[in-house]
Amino acid sequence: MVDLSVKLGNITLKNPVMTASGTFGYGEEYADFIDIDALGGIVVKGTTLHPRQGNPYPRMAETPMGMLNAVGLQNKGVDGFIDDIYPRICHFNTAIFVNVSGSTIEEYVETAAKINELEHIPGIELNISCPNVKEGGMAFGTSCPSAVAVTKAVRDVYKKHLMVKLSPNVTDVTEIAKGVEGAGADSVSLINTLLGMAINAKTRRPELSTITGGLSGPCVKPVALRMVWQVSKSVKIPVVGMGGISSAEDAIEFLLAGASAIQIGTANFVDPKITVKVIEGISEYLQVNNINSARELTGALITD
Amino acid sequence: MKYLHDFTIVNNERQTDDFVVLTLQYDGALPRMMPGQFAEVKVDHTPTAYLRRPLSIHDVNYEQNQIKLLIQEVGDGTRTLCALPAGSRLNLMYPLGKGYDLPNSDKVLLVGGGCGVAPLLFLGRHLKQHGITPRFLIGARTASALVRLDAYRELGEVLVTTEDGSMGQKGFVIHHPVMRTDSPDFDWIYTCGPDAMMKALAKYARHRDITCQVSLENRMACGFGACLCCVTPTQDGHKCTCVDGPVFDSKYLQW
Ligand SMILES: Cc1cc2nc3c(=O)[nH]c(=O)nc-3n(C[C@H](O)[C@H](O)[C@H](O)COP(=O)(O)OP(=O)(O)OC[C@H]3O[C@@H](n4cnc5c(N)ncnc54)[C@H](O)[C@@H]3O)c2cc1C
Ligand SMILES: Cc1cc2nc3c(=O)[nH]c(=O)nc-3n(C[C@H](O)[C@H](O)[C@H](O)COP(=O)(O)O)c2cc1C
Ligand code: FES
Repeated sequence: MVDLSVKLGNITLKNPVMTASGTFGYGEEYADFIDIDALGGIVVKGTTLHPRQGNPYPRMAETPMGMLNAVGLQNKGVDGFIDDIYPRICHFNTAIFVNVSGSTIEEYVETAAKINELEHIPGIELNISCPNVKEGGMAFGTSCPSAVAVTKAVRDVYKKHLMVKLSPNVTDVTEIAKGVEGAGADSVSLINTLLGMAINAKTRRPELSTITGGLSGPCVKPVALRMVWQVSKSVKIPVVGMGGISSAEDAIEFLLAGASAIQIGTANFVDPKITVKVIEGISEYLQVNNINSARELTGALITD
Repeated sequence: MKYLHDFTIVNNERQTDDFVVLTLQYDGALPRMMPGQFAEVKVDHTPTAYLRRPLSIHDVNYEQNQIKLLIQEVGDGTRTLCALPAGSRLNLMYPLGKGYDLPNSDKVLLVGGGCGVAPLLFLGRHLKQHGITPRFLIGARTASALVRLDAYRELGEVLVTTEDGSMGQKGFVIHHPVMRTDSPDFDWIYTCGPDAMMKALAKYARHRDITCQVSLENRMACGFGACLCCVTPTQDGHKCTCVDGPVFDSKYLQW
């Protein structure tokens, strides 16, 4: 038997496969298709201090091998999460992370402090990289001083696992990764969506109500892989890799590039069973290659 | 409960230049479906279509475990689906969404335009099983763009409008004489088609205190409530077309 479990700081995941925020609802949406308890972890929808209606329709445009979204963090707010959603999902036997977003440092802090009280939530993923909201979001993740400031402020009130989600829309992603590591992050995850745009030449209009949006899916994988590799070489904390993963082979590539765990996003829409297929595929790969533990794959890229 | 099932295409019948009906066979018992519900169909082997394509359940035969899809070719995804020969396999996630309600009256009008006629056949059959005779009003650009009129006629009367007057009444559905009266002989409208058509019908219904159930075709990424891409503004804020719809009471929408 191979050992699929991996460690993210103080948390042990059953296996390296997690789901990406905003693509997996609250897990319940997938319960007809897969056993949620089989997953290494799930990251639920971006949660803010106050309820948000999100951006106007249209919020999605398909592009070759991917999609642009401009959902804009529609959610019921942290109190809505705690009162309505948390009681429904806390029985899942998988590591549940809440993706936390905000417009000001105070909002991040207040939201994180409330989630700190939830027994069955072992960690948060601090979203400082959402390209789809006017204020806050990506603004924090694209400047090193503000990424450090929001991480520090949340670290002061949040006592469990603090994962910080990085934006790819920067010149040097390693600088910000090192910054948030120094500010107390327990891990970093990347990449959030790449800022993109689609135009309909027939109507001469943008495809999204917000004009620009976030690109995800297989088309972003090479960029994501490069960034995961760069970041894993520059920080000591674990790296969670994502961006276009849609097969076990893709997932293994991210582990080899230095990720300790991976997240699957857009691919869930096309195949809602993809997560369990990837877990099986990683297990098979380990067996075939006589590797005992998934942990041995992390950073095992051969470059000579 | 939603399912992921592999079907086999047993028939691909071209209707017009851009409409095809696919008959799909499942090798087990089909789950119960409601008219207005849809399937998210996986499209393989296209250069651009990565996501599944939402398509209405056009017809169901529970005895033979067959589903029909009526597909209009508008882009890569639908073109690929329409070109699939009998014998091909197709993966469906279904049945999705909230369908049409049974009416509180037996005087109903089913109004369709473009590929929006697709769910109305299954709906007509369902109404008939509940003792209600459906009456259809179908609009198209021109006579050659009208599809499967015979199938609809088997269930009830079919009224037609064409924009060029090549068949039925000239103009849009809203201009048909059946709509032109102060005391219409129906008090429930079911509709699916272009937004402009449905909005005109919703306005018509609002002024006469008639119920109007519309089926929206918003762009979807997942089809089952996981991504929040497909929202429409309602009296209760943004609602997902894929789980809270695609069928809505027009008064509930911010139209
Ligand atoms: C609930 C639901 C039920 C549907 N039922 C049917 C059906 O029974 N039969 C049928 O033929 N079609 C139906 N549609 C529409 C169908 O899903 C789209 O036409 C299809 O996804 C287009 O894919 P494509 O790859 O061929 O075109 P694309 O290359 O994706 O698009 C081609 C063009 O069509 C436009 N387009 C794409 N999707 C939509 C949409 N949802 N609404 C309006 N314009 C769009 C694009 O903007 C573009 O200009 C339904 C849609 C929904 C949401
Ligand atoms: C529809 C949609 C909604 C998303 N919402 C969020 C969100 O709320 N918070 C967040 O941190 N990332 C969000 N993301 C980004 C994903 O979590 C992930 O970082 C990105 O999609 C890349 O992975 P993928 O290519 O596997 O989808 C969203 C992505 C999509 C497609
Ligand atoms: S299409 Fe994903 S929530 Fe409706």
